[in-house]
Amino acid sequence: MARDPALYGELFAEPRYVTTAINTLLYVGFGVNVMMFGALLLSGFFLRPQWWVRPLLAIFLLCWAMPAVPAFASFHWMLIGEQGLVDALLRELFGVDGPLWFNDPWLALGSNIIAHIWKWLPFWTLVFIAGRLAIPQEIYEAAAIDGAVGVRRFLHVVFPLLANIYVVCTLLATLWTVGDYTTVFLVSMGAPARSSDVLATLGMHYAFDAAQPELGVAAVMSTLPVLVPLALILMRRLHAGELQL
Amino acid sequence: MSLATPRYGLPAAAWRLSSWRLSSWRPHRRRRVLADVAAWTLGLLLLVWALLPTYNMLLIALDEEGDTEYAGIVWPAEPTLDAFRVVLSGDYWYLQHFWLKFANSLFIALATMLITLVIGSLAAFALGRMTLARGWLLGNFPVLTYAVPASLLVIPFYRIMRVYGLSDSLWAVIAADVTFTTPYAILILQQYAKLIPKELDEAAQIDGAGPWQIYRHLYLPLAAPALAAVSTFALLFAWNEYIYQYILLTSEHKMTVAVAIAQFFDADEAPWNYMMATAIVYALPPVAIFFALRRWMLAGLTLGGVRK
Repeated sequence: MARDPALYGELFAEPRYVTTAINTLLYVGFGVNVMMFGALLLSGFFLRPQWWVRPLLAIFLLCWAMPAVPAFASFHWMLIGEQGLVDALLRELFGVDGPLWFNDPWLALGSNIIAHIWKWLPFWTLVFIAGRLAIPQEIYEAAAIDGAVGVRRFLHVVFPLLANIYVVCTLLATLWTVGDYTTVFLVSMGAPARSSDVLATLGMHYAFDAAQPELGVAAVMSTLPVLVPLALILMRRLHAGELQL
Repeated sequence: MSLATPRYGLPAAAWRLSSWRLSSWRPHRRRRVLADVAAWTLGLLLLVWALLPTYNMLLIALDEEGDTEYAGIVWPAEPTLDAFRVVLSGDYWYLQHFWLKFANSLFIALATMLITLVIGSLAAFALGRMTLARGWLLGNFPVLTYAVPASLLVIPFYRIMRVYGLSDSLWAVIAADVTFTTPYAILILQQYAKLIPKELDEAAQIDGAGPWQIYRHLYLPLAAPALAAVSTFALLFAWNEYIYQYILLTSEHKMTVAVAIAQFFDADEAPWNYMMATAIVYALPPVAIFFALRRWMLAGLTLGGVRK
């Protein structure tokens, strides 16, 4: 459908395409990296011995079990402006006026990123918890004798052992996040004036609202030069390492 | 420290803080107090973070008029369950045939789960237990599916399904969902299968078991935790999925709940309390299934836990 090279000239000439490509880069770049690093740190937190950590983990995992459409619709109403729950809470608790989240392209993009992280952080945390549990206790004990505790244990023991899982999961999350349509479609809805769109929503907009399916497919195809190498690296990584997911 | 000293949680942190100034100042004690306080703070923040959107749903669903988001309140003045009655009885234009839509969603999710399990377990078994030349290439190949992310394939899928005569069919959505759940399923199951000793297979072979019997009586029971993890993943994927259900299903009686919820945004004057009540009802099954399978699922992902 998108064989014609002229189509790409038309696509790159669209000012909206450039904005959207930058948005996608920021959305995926910030969203995935903050999420994965947060998940890695939280996986350590959730292995603390306190009695309240287990129930908290169950509540935390609820975000993952919550279906996307209800969750993101709720995010939309929570951030709808001064009447939304977030701004209402800011006013009640701190007496400050919250921003109009969807009136500013950057705030709207940020809201989308936060909503995406909210939904998928628990899943990756769970994967990393599993990874940490796979590290034999003897390694920790040996490391403790050598003086590696706390931050040093994380830097020199946990992180190197989880490095391969971390890379593989980050690559998977990147591929999944580029294709994430529901978050942007429901949280910011592209507002203001389609300036917080990502390529997934823009492609669909071209195809189904603007009746230009070829342009929509071209917008999608323009991500392949980045995504195919990522998928190939992922394949190699999976083959290379003794991997535990 | 005496035996009456609280050892865990906030009381302990408070106790340590109070005794901190009295006792001789020791760095390691100060560190522990700080760590406890930090853990509690982080725990509370996570609790708020996790529950805020759910609370917002309840807030709007319990509201009488459904315009909470325009009132800027943090607690409904007169909470009522009326919105749930409307949803469950399908008593509103967008919610007509609510139970039919619910059944459609359920059918898609369950079929996706079952087909993913069958394909995933058979593929992982064939690749992991039988020695194939260049099996690793085949085993990692499904991951290439993710090179083109799911929602970017909607337009091609839409055209293909029309060619196959599957437009406006639930099976079109199921086929699409299965495409995107199987690579991950194969990945997880293959990793897990590495933990099942090959000697078991050999012993079974000596006893005269064929590949099919090994698969049924040995592989499936032993891989149960990973199968639980994979089913949860597939089920949640289908339940999360929106764009394929929206594009591939067009008629009213094939519509799913996810599409029905998003449909509320089409109207300017929609009653948002109905929308949020629908959202809560829709969220209940995956949450219930998740809690039912939680133990097995953690074990499925917790590869170290089962290693002898």
